[in-house]
Amino acid sequence: MSDLLAARSQMAVSLAFHIIFAVIGIAMPVLMVIAERRWQRTRDPVYLDLAKRWARGTAILFAVGAVSGTVLSFELGLLWPRFMELAGPLIGMPFSLEGFAFFTEAIFLGVYLYGWDKVSPRAHLLAGVLVAVSGAASGIFVVIANAWMNTPTGFTLLNGALINIDPIAAMQTPAAFPQALHMTLAAYAATGLGVAGIHALLLLKNRTSAFNRAALTIGLIVGAPAAVLQPISGDIAARYVARRQPAKLAAMEAHYETRAGAPLKLVAGIEIPYGLSLLAFHDPHAVVQGLDSVPRDEWPNVSLVHLSFNVMVALGTYMALVGLWAGWLALRKRDLTTRRRFLWAVAIAAPCGFVATEAGWMVTELGRQPWVIYGVLKTADAVTPMPGLIVPFTVITLLYCALGAIVGWLLYRQIIRSPQA
Amino acid sequence: MLPLADSLAAIILVALTAYVLLGGADFGGGVWDLLASGPRKTRQRDLIAHAIGPVWEANHVWLILAIVLLFTCFPRAFARMAIALHVPLTLMLIGIVLRGSAFVFRSYGGGGGRVFAIASLVTPVLLGVCVGAVASGAIGEAGGGKGEGFYAVYVAPWLTPFAFAAGLFALTCFAFLAAVYLTVEARDAELQEDFRQRAILSGVWVLMMAGLGLALAPHRDLVDPRLMVLTGAAAVTAFWALWQRRYRLARVAAATQVTLILWGWAVAQYPYLLPPDLTIGNAAAPPVTLKLAMIAVLAGAVVLFPSLFYLFKVFKGEKQKIESHETEVRGSS
Repeated sequence: MSDLLAARSQMAVSLAFHIIFAVIGIAMPVLMVIAERRWQRTRDPVYLDLAKRWARGTAILFAVGAVSGTVLSFELGLLWPRFMELAGPLIGMPFSLEGFAFFTEAIFLGVYLYGWDKVSPRAHLLAGVLVAVSGAASGIFVVIANAWMNTPTGFTLLNGALINIDPIAAMQTPAAFPQALHMTLAAYAATGLGVAGIHALLLLKNRTSAFNRAALTIGLIVGAPAAVLQPISGDIAARYVARRQPAKLAAMEAHYETRAGAPLKLVAGIEIPYGLSLLAFHDPHAVVQGLDSVPRDEWPNVSLVHLSFNVMVALGTYMALVGLWAGWLALRKRDLTTRRRFLWAVAIAAPCGFVATEAGWMVTELGRQPWVIYGVLKTADAVTPMPGLIVPFTVITLLYCALGAIVGWLLYRQIIRSPQA
Repeated sequence: MLPLADSLAAIILVALTAYVLLGGADFGGGVWDLLASGPRKTRQRDLIAHAIGPVWEANHVWLILAIVLLFTCFPRAFARMAIALHVPLTLMLIGIVLRGSAFVFRSYGGGGGRVFAIASLVTPVLLGVCVGAVASGAIGEAGGGKGEGFYAVYVAPWLTPFAFAAGLFALTCFAFLAAVYLTVEARDAELQEDFRQRAILSGVWVLMMAGLGLALAPHRDLVDPRLMVLTGAAAVTAFWALWQRRYRLARVAAATQVTLILWGWAVAQYPYLLPPDLTIGNAAAPPVTLKLAMIAVLAGAVVLFPSLFYLFKVFKGEKQKIESHETEVRGSS
């Protein structure tokens, strides 16, 4: 394994690990606040129990997320010192703001978690709301930094150096809005349906549990609308990619030849005529650049990007359909918690959002290769000169595997296990 | 008024100081967890967990803030450190991961104390090693690419007696801070007495390690002499206050002492960020970045300080009961 590949793999493992915690850390506080609000209104102890369990879940994930986030902030420099030297002054701004948002989240999570009998009910709920808001904000700031790597703005490139830098223009990078929207919705959809799915499974075993019924409902309230909206945000994101990163779009669709009226390839042999032109530019006759317009040594890994993209789209579509089903049942005022087929559909959706999120990140990160800053700096030129990077890669991977197992076990103990058990 | 780059360097120093005073004390808590002994062993450990619980994550963010501001405002220095200190920084990260996960495990699963305690020993030593390597002037040259071979570039700059003395010094400082804080946190006289003894003992260790560090120092001007006198005064006050059982005063004096140690290092090194060649001025990002970073810091501070004040008021106020917390954390199992 080359040092470059080891560094990329270590970064990939660190990000893939962290993103799960980030996603749940963004959305779980929303679930917990809804449960607490319902407890304050109805005084039904089930909701208090849920709020406390979800708060503990948030705390476990947040504490691990804080650690894996610290690791990442160091790894940016440890693995990619040339990148940070060049990009630091430009993307430091969203990272600094993220630091403060994260700080606010940590502070109010402390208040929420340990303050049940120390602050007034209203202040307690407000602390929860602040955790949810600052969690979403910190996610958005980090995604803005990543968006800049895809569509770098706010500088002039001169002999490999960035001059005339403008960090505000860098933050307004074109990819910022579509990426931040797509990621935030992903967090709510994955976590909401994840929670709903687990409790759907438990309801299939024990239909009468009020605890599981309440958890399923709140999970769907957060997850279903986000899952339904996600394809729309995906469309916005894809159209930005088509215009700004044609090589990435071509890899996503395995589209080799530049042509007008490009078809959409679904599976081997089946295509929708004009589909790709329609999707990418909302015009059936638009020209879609193929990989042939990009020098061969600047192609991303087409098969991996294409596969990841298809996995993301397939899972996202399934989740949107489940979300629509839930909305339809709710509109007709049916009891969601007793329909076996619906419960099975939700249970199957539980892991989908997390797999789709990972796949989506593979699309955006692998699709940008061989660039770390698109069109400006190649990943190979950004890597640290230190040799033997396979050693830290192996150690970090083993560490994260162990940590993942511990967290899974703790979550099971703390939140999923029903109170009767 | 200080130029912008100097002001931001000072803010990074403040963030680092906050991390040492707050996060450092958490590490120190881990040391006393490992060394818990006597008839009140379990109660000592419970007190440590109770003291760390609500503020653990918030304490931790200071380090992230310092790093983010460093790479935003002084990208060249960050890149150099990341290359030359790759090995100890990676080891420190592993320590942070182990400590973080063991903390979570201990709070929510009921085990993992040993890992927490051992990671608490290793991480501060490595943090001190990195600071010691910077102070000794080895990173400035190593980052510039002098020397050949893996050992010369990636190991020699920090594998020095002085850097390790700095590491042990950091560890004893953290343990001292934790013991002093815990005398205030403890609600009964016996526990208070336990930590008073530990505070005095570790205070003596701090002095011995400081002497060792100065003896091994590669050059004499490591600490500003004026600040050294003030540090000594703070140390004497801390000992006197501990002797007299005036714990709140001891807490202030100990925090002042450790702050002055850090600032003494910074003042002596000024204007160098990575001596002997990289100054604050020539490592700084373009002025527009510095200006925006300053605005972000000020805006962040407006949100942060009232929130932090609220957090500490709620949990570190006068009349806290350990029992209520115990039921909260372990309530579910």
